[in-house]
Amino acid sequence: MLSTTIYISFIGALFVGLMPSKPSRLARILALMVALGGLGVAVAGFAGGTGQGTVVLTDKAWIPSMGIHYLLVADGISRVLVLLTGIAAVAGVLFSWNVELRTNQFFAFYLALIGGVYGVFLSGDLFLLFVFYEIAIVPKYFLIAIWGSTRREYGAMKLALYSFVGSAMVLIGLLAAYTASGSHSTALADLAHAGLPVSFQMWCFPLVFVGFAILAGMWPFHTWAPTGHVAAPTAASMLLAGVVMKLGAYGCLRVAIGLFPHGLDPWGFSFIGIGSWRDVFAWLAVIGIVYGALVALAQSDFKFVIGYSSVSHMGFVLLGLMTLNQIGVDGAVLQMFSHGIIAGLLFGIVGRVVYDRTHTRQFAELEKMHLSRRLPFAAWAFVIAGVASMGLPGFSGFVAELQVLVGSWRANPIWTVASGIGIIVGVAYTWRALQKAFFSDTLPTAHTLEAEQAHPFAPICWSEMAGVSLLVACALVVGLYPRILLDQIEPAVKALLAGGAQ
Amino acid sequence: MNYGALFHATLPETVLEIAALLVIVVDLGLLRKAAAQTRIAVAALVGIAGCGMALWAVSVAGPYSYGNELLLAANGSAIVAQIAILILTALTLLLLIDTTFTRHAGEYASVVLMAAAGGLIISAAQDLLVIFTGLELLSLGLYILTAFAKQSGKSAESAIKYYLFGGMSAAFLLFGFSYLYGLSGSTSLQKIVQESYFASIAGGAPLLILALVMVAVGLGFKVAAVPFHLWAPDTYEGAPAPAAAFIASVSKVASFALLISISTAMLHAFDMANSVQALALNGQPSKAFGVAAPWSLILTILSVASMVLGNLAALAQTSVRRLLAYSAIAHAGYILLGLAFFSTTNLSSQAILYYIVTYGLTTIGAFGAVGVVERATGSDKLDAFLGLQKRNPLLAAILLVLFLSLAGIPPLVGFWAKFNLFAAVLGAGSGKVALILVALAVAFSAVSLYYYLQVLKRVYVLPGTDESPIRAGFVTTAVLVLIAAAVLVLGCFPALLEGWIAGFYPVI
Repeated sequence: MLSTTIYISFIGALFVGLMPSKPSRLARILALMVALGGLGVAVAGFAGGTGQGTVVLTDKAWIPSMGIHYLLVADGISRVLVLLTGIAAVAGVLFSWNVELRTNQFFAFYLALIGGVYGVFLSGDLFLLFVFYEIAIVPKYFLIAIWGSTRREYGAMKLALYSFVGSAMVLIGLLAAYTASGSHSTALADLAHAGLPVSFQMWCFPLVFVGFAILAGMWPFHTWAPTGHVAAPTAASMLLAGVVMKLGAYGCLRVAIGLFPHGLDPWGFSFIGIGSWRDVFAWLAVIGIVYGALVALAQSDFKFVIGYSSVSHMGFVLLGLMTLNQIGVDGAVLQMFSHGIIAGLLFGIVGRVVYDRTHTRQFAELEKMHLSRRLPFAAWAFVIAGVASMGLPGFSGFVAELQVLVGSWRANPIWTVASGIGIIVGVAYTWRALQKAFFSDTLPTAHTLEAEQAHPFAPICWSEMAGVSLLVACALVVGLYPRILLDQIEPAVKALLAGGAQ
Repeated sequence: MNYGALFHATLPETVLEIAALLVIVVDLGLLRKAAAQTRIAVAALVGIAGCGMALWAVSVAGPYSYGNELLLAANGSAIVAQIAILILTALTLLLLIDTTFTRHAGEYASVVLMAAAGGLIISAAQDLLVIFTGLELLSLGLYILTAFAKQSGKSAESAIKYYLFGGMSAAFLLFGFSYLYGLSGSTSLQKIVQESYFASIAGGAPLLILALVMVAVGLGFKVAAVPFHLWAPDTYEGAPAPAAAFIASVSKVASFALLISISTAMLHAFDMANSVQALALNGQPSKAFGVAAPWSLILTILSVASMVLGNLAALAQTSVRRLLAYSAIAHAGYILLGLAFFSTTNLSSQAILYYIVTYGLTTIGAFGAVGVVERATGSDKLDAFLGLQKRNPLLAAILLVLFLSLAGIPPLVGFWAKFNLFAAVLGAGSGKVALILVALAVAFSAVSLYYYLQVLKRVYVLPGTDESPIRAGFVTTAVLVLIAAAVLVLGCFPALLEGWIAGFYPVI
């Protein structure tokens, strides 16, 4: 039944795209209904999946001569990420309620992207997974290039090329694995049990891992992320940070680690303490955490702060994956969910609530606008989002990062210590952004007060309220009662890690 | 000589030639005083009817041998290529209906049909002389078609270039053929491979390699492989749109079908019973590698050069037609890789046919769409496509589908074609070389996305300067919609076409 999410989104995209562009309200409402439908199915599937383990949703011979199946499978990890996609999709539609330019096309591309994302999370066949993964690239390009802001064509093209190069690496790995396993099947389960030789896994693992990790924002392949996020329209940057980066991390976990577990084995020699691909990628993740946080501290554009914070937070996901122990990988999956919600919230507030009223994202200009007084809703929403992003207890980020850190302590304590620096800097950049954008202490003069009263900001509309409330509620619920997700994640991760140990 | 059998074997070609004469009779005899549009429409329709009849003829025609030597084959690859050639020819004739570049529709359709007949011959040819005759019939038709827009200086210029390059490469090809004949004493592909293999063991190896290089020059020209590609950008740019579509699709399908025949002969020659004994005497365990290895090497070099240069040069183009030409060179590079690593099973041959047929279909659509924009704006520069999504949303959507398919984005047919081809390369060529070359090909198809997006960016993203609607004729629109739908449907259900192609091959 979860597979309905894919079909709803693609059919919705088709219908929305065929609608007239005026009045734009029609396309908007239809898009919201489609997103809500997807979310409804995702929630039902998530609730119904408790204690079920891996479920085959659809299995049809697609290309019989090559053994490729249209195989949709859901396990705990998929269900959690499908749920995240549903939430992010609804929030994204709510935050793009004011898109007036070519509205029907906007939502058509948007829903096509969502459909591709659902498809990746539910694919049980590597070929199918790759197809959905690539389907998601093209709408991203057009969403950013047409509806974006700051250097949008540059950001869009950079994102498209980075994604396509990453997927080309994955395609090479896919072809090689398919041939090496005897050209019988591309099902993930079959490839995992094909007994691929260790020497093969040793070069195929880094290829596929990096191919996916480019989209997960792994340092030093992260540079598409800040420019892409900043250039993207609000809904697209919410989706980029919220779910598209998770596609990369999910691919790393499901494909790279799931199919080539021996690629993580020690090389047999070590160089400055690095003795396996696992060490390499863990260190890259740690560098990403610290580097992203430090660069975020130095930004003058509000959205760039969030963009670099995404790089930092995604570092935790990759670090969690590289711990290869139960708690660390649990944490990584939970962090995917948590970051999806929180980054969506941050981008929503900055890109929609603030930017669409102030028309600037520069701290220097925002400082003079007294936003805490003039936009109290935005200010307090950002306080909550910032607190969640810093990883304070009570929000989802805390549970997730704690698990990752515990896991990495067990694997290699130095990783934990080093990434601890990233957390501290994380508090600093969030605080700095909060202070500069909302709570600056420049006093208004009588003249500016008059001007502000003459041109008040547009009132906060219902769609923004609904979007913020939805995301805050999710972050809170998971933060207060993480078992709701962990009960599904844990058995799935256990099965995945056990599969790798064979 | 059995003329009955010969007539039976060449029935499709005969049908096309009769149709070609009929078109002229109808156009110049009956419709001399009719309006230009009527004449064009009738000429195209008669031509299409001829293609339809020839399709039927393909199904009843058989192979033809003279003595012991096979001249025309009726195997899987030949039949698939012939059917594809006829369908693609019919599509390019349909694109003729809404155009106005010529007042001599009858002659145009007639030349198209004769060139298509040449294509049918080389798809099936198994003998050097037949191959050469077919190639010349095809090529001469293409030179004329390129020059058909008589008011356009570019058309004449590109035709002259094409003709000079073509004549030169035909000379090389013939020279290579003469060496092959000298080495083996035969003009039959299968015999040549065996005999020249023994000749090369006896010390004739340098001569054999020289001959193969000459043949590769001639055929490399036909498929526009680097470094014999120089005619392609000019011809694609100068030829009238339906003629360019014909050159880019039908001529490519036929030439690659011929290359498949040659590669198959290389690998299968030594399966024949009478050579087993000779092999045992010489103590050579490997199959025809004495001949196949240099041939593979030559094709690999052409392939890598085409992939690299085609993709990189396409990045710098400002004319969409030239861009399509360089992208065609790149696509030829991918296919040549499939030919260089050719498997003894039918897998490679099927994958190559799948690729070239779907590529031909997509290119016809692309040239049709470019032709519509060109007629409205008078230019095929990238900037002529500005704001197309507003001027003609349907055409914009069609371009989106076709160009993304050329870039190899799923779920469009271009992706599946690439996957299938590369899987076949890896399946046939064991070892690291094949893998590295496939990795190179995949990497360069990532590069190709950039230049396809350059066009789509102007169609969808950048604001247009002129927003007056562009109208496409009904027939052209219908053809383009049909092609785009086929690209999408075949991409979602690749097994349809794949199963259809495999159905013409004997079950192993």
